[in-house]
Amino acid sequence: MKAIVTVTGKDTTGIIARVCTCLAENDVNILDISQTVMQEFFTMAMLIDLAKSKLPVAELSDKLAAIGNEMGLVVRTQREDIFTLMHRV
Amino acid sequence: MLFDIKDVVSTLDMIEHRHLDVRTITMGISLLDCSDESVTRCARKIYDKITREAKDLVRVGEEIEKEFGIPIVNKRISVTPISLVAAACKEDDYTPIALALDKAAKTCGVNFIGGFSALVQKGFTESDKKLICSIPSALASTERVCASVNVGSTKAGINMDAVRMLGETIKRTANLTKDSGGFGCAKLVVFANAVEDNPFMAGAFHGVGEGESVINVGVSGPGVVYHALQSCKGKPFDVVAETIKQTAFKITRMGQLVAREASQRLGVPFGIVDLSLAPTPEKGDSVARILEEMGLEVCGTHGTTAALALLNDAVKKGGVMASNHVGGLSGAFIPVSEDEGMIAAAQSKTLSLDKLEAMTCVCSVGLDMIAVPGDTPASTLSAIIADEAAIGMVNCKTTAVRVIPAPGKQVGEIVEFGGLLGSAPVMPVHPESSDAFIARGGRIPAPMHSLKN
Repeated sequence: MKAIVTVTGKDTTGIIARVCTCLAENDVNILDISQTVMQEFFTMAMLIDLAKSKLPVAELSDKLAAIGNEMGLVVRTQREDIFTLMHRV
Repeated sequence: MLFDIKDVVSTLDMIEHRHLDVRTITMGISLLDCSDESVTRCARKIYDKITREAKDLVRVGEEIEKEFGIPIVNKRISVTPISLVAAACKEDDYTPIALALDKAAKTCGVNFIGGFSALVQKGFTESDKKLICSIPSALASTERVCASVNVGSTKAGINMDAVRMLGETIKRTANLTKDSGGFGCAKLVVFANAVEDNPFMAGAFHGVGEGESVINVGVSGPGVVYHALQSCKGKPFDVVAETIKQTAFKITRMGQLVAREASQRLGVPFGIVDLSLAPTPEKGDSVARILEEMGLEVCGTHGTTAALALLNDAVKKGGVMASNHVGGLSGAFIPVSEDEGMIAAAQSKTLSLDKLEAMTCVCSVGLDMIAVPGDTPASTLSAIIADEAAIGMVNCKTTAVRVIPAPGKQVGEIVEFGGLLGSAPVMPVHPESSDAFIARGGRIPAPMHSLKN
């Protein structure tokens, strides 16, 4: 299963490092990463592969959200299908 | 690049800022195997079957919500019309069955259960009459049960005896629930051309042509459409229609995804996605505001029907390619109390009952969540139903009336229902009598174009 992790909020040093560390610890592979600024807010998105993940997507989502909370950012983990299906025929 | 961040940002924006959600996952359950001579035993069989079939519905809905990060506002259940299930019962009062449905809804954790219903477009069985007579007490003694009666169809015409009975039923229901502003009437829909796979309440029931159980999903998204239209100010209607179509496609794709997941996880066949624009009382989630964005000063002024016709059609055209089975009511809902813009338009007196009636010729359903003065005669309510059923019958579309004669309230006052049902300004009805018209009874014949064979 693939998912998209998005980080939104004020750009903060070390956020990508912390998210990536958490993903690595749980054997989640990062396939792609991209970032943009939306309405003055930093948005970073990464495509991850959960095929070998130690955690189901819901638990991983909670862990990443907690990291976001600590840093004052919103971190969401959502299944990839929702983004691809909505925008492609 | 394996994904486009613009797509990600666009979806997040719709969910976070434009009220994009899946309005309901509704599980349809057949109760045809629950009949019994005793109403108590029938009620027990019904409770047992629903709680067995739908035990995982809410859990699965919440799991999908979490994994996809998309709000699923309601999880609901629809059942076989109870007048069919209870036909073998010797007792006259079907309220015990309504109580069993209510209890089953609470056990399963769903907020509404639909199907305390009868289909009487051509005539009544004894059971249909018993069900209709039980509606006021059933709605007054339960919290989550919804009732509906189909009184007309393009094929059968309009059962005017049923129309008369329903006017009286609505009055009795309002009086029995007068402490909550006649709230019981918000759970009662009178249909023409009712559909068997509608996931939306209060009119959902599990039709007899359906299978043992089914998952139907209703999407929403007036806020997303409204926002998209802000990018085409002053442009011709071709651009407006195209923009709505593209937006409806995206919304429906999400509904299809959720429907497929829910169906797989519950092991229940997928039925349909209903592509309805269902508003909520929250600001920024209004169908009326979409019509105003097309260039109308206030919803209800001249041009409103044309704007709604375009919206309703474009929603279907955009959505139909996004799902492999589209059904239900699919179009734009115009409930007054549940739409912030409609409430404002009704309060400013620009939106009248007569204009709403015209709008129902081109919207997905009919006169919905409209409060009228508490002293409105039953025959006037019946006449409103007859007009609406005639529009449905002749135009081969679903129409409905969900009207609340708010006890003790007069024109201009507000009835508060709370939550998704919102608040309704009491709207005036014509004071001239329709008594003699409704007293005739009988059947209005089906129109010429019903003879298609």
